[in-house]
Amino acid sequence: MTSFPEAARIALGDSQLRHNLRNATTTIRDKRARVVAEVPDWDELREAGRAIKADVMRRLDEYLLQFEESVQAAGGQVHWARDGAEANAIVLDVARAHDVTEVVKVKSLTTDEIGLNEALAAGGVHAIETDFAELILQLDGDWPSHILVPAIHRNRSEIRDLFMRTIADGRELSDDPRELADTARLYLREKFLDAKVGVSGANFGIAETGTLVVVESEGNGRMCTTLPPVLVTVLGIEKLLPTFADLEVFLQLLPRSSTGERMNPYTSLWTGVTIGDGPQEFHVVLLDNGRTRVLSDQVGRQALHCIRCSACLNVCPVYRRTGGHAYGSVYPGPIGAILTPQLRGVANAKSLPYASSLCGACYEVCPVKIDIPSVLLHLRAQTEKDVAERIAMRSLARIFGNVRLYEWAQRLARAGEGPARRVPGPLASWTQTRDLKPFAKETFREWWSRERGA
Amino acid sequence: MNEARDEILARTRAAIREGTPPDPLARAYRTTGVVDDPGRVALLGERLLDYRARVEHTTATALRDLLDEIARGDRIGVPRGLPETWRPANSVEDDGLSTHELDALDGVITGCTVAIAETGTLVLAGGEMEGRRALTLVPDVHICVVRTDQIVETVPEAFAALLGREHRPLTFVSGPSATSDIELERVEGVHGPRTLIVVIVKEAS
Amino acid sequence: MRIGLFVTCLGDTLFPEAPKATVTVLERLGHDVVFPRDQTCCGQLHQNSGYLDEARALARRFTAIFGDFDAVVSPSSSCVGAVRELSPEIAPRVFELSEFLVGQLGVEDVGAYFPHRVTYHPTCHSLRVVRVGAAPRRLLLAVRGLELVELPEADECCGFGGTFAVKNPDTSTAMLADKCRSVLATGAEVVTAVDGSCLMQIGGGLSRQRTGVGTMHLAEILAS
Ligand code: SF4
Repeated sequence: MTSFPEAARIALGDSQLRHNLRNATTTIRDKRARVVAEVPDWDELREAGRAIKADVMRRLDEYLLQFEESVQAAGGQVHWARDGAEANAIVLDVARAHDVTEVVKVKSLTTDEIGLNEALAAGGVHAIETDFAELILQLDGDWPSHILVPAIHRNRSEIRDLFMRTIADGRELSDDPRELADTARLYLREKFLDAKVGVSGANFGIAETGTLVVVESEGNGRMCTTLPPVLVTVLGIEKLLPTFADLEVFLQLLPRSSTGERMNPYTSLWTGVTIGDGPQEFHVVLLDNGRTRVLSDQVGRQALHCIRCSACLNVCPVYRRTGGHAYGSVYPGPIGAILTPQLRGVANAKSLPYASSLCGACYEVCPVKIDIPSVLLHLRAQTEKDVAERIAMRSLARIFGNVRLYEWAQRLARAGEGPARRVPGPLASWTQTRDLKPFAKETFREWWSRERGA
Repeated sequence: MNEARDEILARTRAAIREGTPPDPLARAYRTTGVVDDPGRVALLGERLLDYRARVEHTTATALRDLLDEIARGDRIGVPRGLPETWRPANSVEDDGLSTHELDALDGVITGCTVAIAETGTLVLAGGEMEGRRALTLVPDVHICVVRTDQIVETVPEAFAALLGREHRPLTFVSGPSATSDIELERVEGVHGPRTLIVVIVKEAS
Repeated sequence: MRIGLFVTCLGDTLFPEAPKATVTVLERLGHDVVFPRDQTCCGQLHQNSGYLDEARALARRFTAIFGDFDAVVSPSSSCVGAVRELSPEIAPRVFELSEFLVGQLGVEDVGAYFPHRVTYHPTCHSLRVVRVGAAPRRLLLAVRGLELVELPEADECCGFGGTFAVKNPDTSTAMLADKCRSVLATGAEVVTAVDGSCLMQIGGGLSRQRTGVGTMHLAEILAS
């Protein structure tokens, strides 16, 4: 994949993108801060959220089996997929068994991660994205740049032009958001009413009861999980919660952290199959795809606690300037910087752990207290270093390890410094846009010796 | 498929074999409210208005008139268990209507199982007076009747009230459907009902 | 109380004004300060760049050198944060200067006089790792003659981040540009902070743009 610094350079040159991003992230961030501030027990909720997730990871095998049993008992079918290809094949099989060429789908990062839409298309099945933003991106062949507001990089006139080219049936549209939303409603309604198979992800799966939970705003999630007679849900194995009551914690943490609302418009919970209500055939696919690898790292494991609220993106000074595409994965921002290298292997995303100034804003807002800066440092230690850098850092460590060498190096550095204010070597890039302060005439220790002796 | 199952379970067990036992789980968050009855009712109304829902307050005796007034003779769907006194003149009972028939309705009237004041949330639990999920999803107007004794203050209290109903299809509704995908400007109504009318009925007691 | 002064490798080599000012302030308040000559780097540089073994070795060295002091004081929140994590045995006794003055000594007025318009940049590590809270602001408010002006979007990172500025120069520069714009909007003559590295970044940007706005470490203002 393109390294983060290269991809970021391109994104930084797009002033429209930077403007859209800045406005959008500032708005959500402020909303979040307001609704979080009104919760008197926010810290207690965060701690409970963290502890529940830590417990899930520690006993994941038990919870997986319990979940499987509960879903089956409620009339659902459970499938297991080691990787994306297996999961995609399972979904495609279900679609084929019902002879459909179209399925309606609700936005899900997990299905994006495994490229489900592409796999279905290759098998002759078109997955219609029904989230407003995902629809925009699908119509335009673009891909999401934000977990929660996938089309955060698109403005209203771009969307109007796109709709007129595609789904407006020749009608003239204004760029009024309401009219644009109505256009999407009209286009998708027929699809929903006639759909035979729905495909979704889920925010949570409850081990105790086998219940699945989808948290959303628009109602397309309800449509996809209620109207089609057949439903397939792809669930990352890390999404389990032990008990039904645990939801009382996460349904407080998630909406406030993600959209900055006290509660999102719709949350749907269903357990297996209910006679006379909703799909009469239900499949859930439990997906590994690198998650057990992440699980095996005791420090990095906490990345699996993520509930995809995207609060960390909105406060991240790097994400706010580069946008999501620079992260080269469906998981952008700070969480992407720790999750992607672990899911794919650090060697396959080695610039991501460095795509952070370690400012700590992400950790501060994370509703499940994922210590992203620590995990970044942990992953940096696992990246392969280039030879020149390794030699330089080793020698530096030796110099720091011996005060005589250190003092000698200080003298040498000062002697070597000319009048130039831009320096060569690894610091060259830094001094391209900043002036480096000239070295002090006297180090602190020289001053101390002169003033205080010894 | 069993092969995948066995392998995922084996990988999981290998991954968690070592390490510290899970931390004790502290549930130090609030599980009960502090606001009195009238305060709770007022809070629910306020929070629903924030979501741009329409909120009406009434009494059991005045309910029928109010519902008739809201329904204005439109074709309104109702679940089978909805009491006769809650059914406006032109109501249509859901005896397994097709999705297209549901789409042809002007609206729907239901009850709910519990309402959460702090978050402005109505919980539908598929009961006799709530109907199946499609009924409250496809029509464009949802009129939901809430009795004041169904209102709790906090989210954990709602979960306590849902005990025993975990296996039912549940829908948490907090305002009308909405999207903020266009430059973060909130637009009510994409796919779910574009209008949510909440009628809060004061208990006679 | 035996106070050990940790000047940091950067402070020792590049910006000795801050540790010198730290000595001045503490001595003015009647404390003796010891400078252990063997000190070099706390290990943060290596930790930040992904050389954990080297970082741990340097941290052990640090612990041995500073282990005997009642308090270790440093004019860098970033280094204090790293020490607290890498050298947990002495963590409770290591303090950033402003938190030491306000939190440990209970002093806000250190007798400084600085008749200038100043804005304060709360560095990320002082804000979120060391959590110095309002200490720097309270110290600044007690300085005679000083006019403190609010920095817009103060808690945004300046874009330094050690390795980050080197590995992601474009993003770092974009962050710096916004920070410089905020500083200029205040009309301040001087921007101050509790971390020399961030001041190096901000000062580097302000100087390149020939803005005429200076940078000074908080300790320097307190020593004036
Ligand atoms: S890491 Fe935390 S803040 Fe970021 S998306 Fe996940 S849960 Fe939200």
